[in-house]
Amino acid sequence: MSTQTPDLPVETMDLQMGPSHPATHGTIKFNLKLEGEKVLDCEVEVGYLHRGFDKMCEQATWNQVIPYTDRLNYVSPLINNFGYALAVENLLGVETPPRCQFIRVAMSELSRIMDHLTCLGMAASELGAITAGFYMIEARELLMRIIEAVTGARLTISYARIGGVKHDLPPDFSDWVADAFRKTRRLLADCERLLSRNRIFIDRMSGIGVVSREMAVAYGLTGPILRSTGVNYDVRKAQPYLVYDQMDFEVPLGTKGDNYDRFICRILEIEQSMRIVEQALEKMPLGPIALDDPKIVLPEKEKVYNSIEGLMNHFKFIMEGIQVPAGEVYFAVEGGNGELGFYIVSQGGGRPYRVRVRPPCFIAMSAFHEMIRGHMIADIIPTFGMINMIGGECDR
Amino acid sequence: MQRIEKMGVWEKLYFPEVLRGLWVTGFRFWRNLFIHTLHLLGLANSLQAAMTVQYPEQRIPYPETFRGRHRLTLKDDGSIRCTACFLCATACPAECIYIQAGEYPDNPVEKFPLRYEIDTLRCIYCGFCVEACPCDAIRMDTGTHPGNLGFSRKDFVEDKTILTERSEELEAKGKEKLYEEYVSRYRRV
Repeated sequence: MSTQTPDLPVETMDLQMGPSHPATHGTIKFNLKLEGEKVLDCEVEVGYLHRGFDKMCEQATWNQVIPYTDRLNYVSPLINNFGYALAVENLLGVETPPRCQFIRVAMSELSRIMDHLTCLGMAASELGAITAGFYMIEARELLMRIIEAVTGARLTISYARIGGVKHDLPPDFSDWVADAFRKTRRLLADCERLLSRNRIFIDRMSGIGVVSREMAVAYGLTGPILRSTGVNYDVRKAQPYLVYDQMDFEVPLGTKGDNYDRFICRILEIEQSMRIVEQALEKMPLGPIALDDPKIVLPEKEKVYNSIEGLMNHFKFIMEGIQVPAGEVYFAVEGGNGELGFYIVSQGGGRPYRVRVRPPCFIAMSAFHEMIRGHMIADIIPTFGMINMIGGECDR
Repeated sequence: MQRIEKMGVWEKLYFPEVLRGLWVTGFRFWRNLFIHTLHLLGLANSLQAAMTVQYPEQRIPYPETFRGRHRLTLKDDGSIRCTACFLCATACPAECIYIQAGEYPDNPVEKFPLRYEIDTLRCIYCGFCVEACPCDAIRMDTGTHPGNLGFSRKDFVEDKTILTERSEELEAKGKEKLYEEYVSRYRRV
């Protein structure tokens, strides 16, 4: 039964939503064309958090870029760190020792879990299920404490180095992780009890923000948004980097490509990521955590304090930086939101000539008008939430 | 969690799910309340109630690796270890370290910093200065986080005196006491 009179004249209205409401995931502006409460068209304005990452990198030495990459996707900074380091290592033509690779895999997956938990928790709380949001943030806090203990900071971790990682994992790392995962699984089970058969949640998510398989591929969407449409593309499987080819995990796929599918894809990915971390910890070999090459990695402090060669290497390394040969490279890792690529050009010397990031959520935002067209204003919030736009990554 | 294609009677009725949700949240509420009460009585301290830390009254200790406020270390005779080699200032991505070198009148080999200033408003606490130092002169192991009490930009510039005094304090009092003193200012606010 419709209460609307069909011949009632409706005027379209332009509405500027933002900058900065859509439940404040990041500062963004939607220029909406509305008919009543229905969105006829939506134009997205991004760029409010632009800090000139690309330009800043040109002023910095290769290692000094690492703190900048922390601030790209600040919900999962470790993946950015490792992605950048891997790209530069590719350009240098070196491969890090096995232990370092396992550490990187374990830490990336911890970071990915945190990314998904934040995204899902916030998306749930925006739909009124704030308790589920709190439970997920609690799980995130458990993992955050581990990350803090390993890297020395909660958010601005700067853990990766070109050719290795900053320092080794603490001895009882695996116990912490086992404990945190036990609690996380319990919290996620509680969240499932709250959400999985919740009518409001299903009504708000199902059938909203649909992207077809063809459209997703055409726009170049990656990550959970692409996989929710049923396209099996995960950088970890498609172009395995680090030691992902030794890990046993599945790529959860959706069927319809709506918000509900994205939510479920992410929830299932959390479980897969936990499996990867557990396997990585089981298989982790002993050995060095960084390359033994004074041109790429800082020499050990023992050598610096006690030998003139060590001291000279140290000074050369800091004053001139790593000498990366001329060339260009594109290297992609699977970030929390999709394919996070680094395109790096070097002209030789201690500083990058150009660093360009392929941010997954910037590309997802370019398809946002397709997702939201024909839906209601209130549907913007869950759709935007499930894209998980991170201002730092999108606007750089 | 599985996708529900078509909602059944259970989901459509809505109320059974409300009650189930209330059971989940209610269980946690009463459990936390009970454990908090036990904690007040000094019992069951190993059980964890709510995750929230009532900062600054309570805290979780910082890990050993935590990158806190800087300090300039001292030699055994109490003089500054820094030789004003400028490596930290070079390595700093935020360009927040200012050094002015001076020479000892009686020592032609080594220099020392006349001025050593860290602008903590610029500093991003990445720890690159600690890594870059070739003589272990700067460390970030004080276990205190950057301060945010101050009324002018000058209040946030940490000079040589502050940085070396922090070393002396840390040696005299230890990490715990230093943190307690540091955070007590915030408790009064």
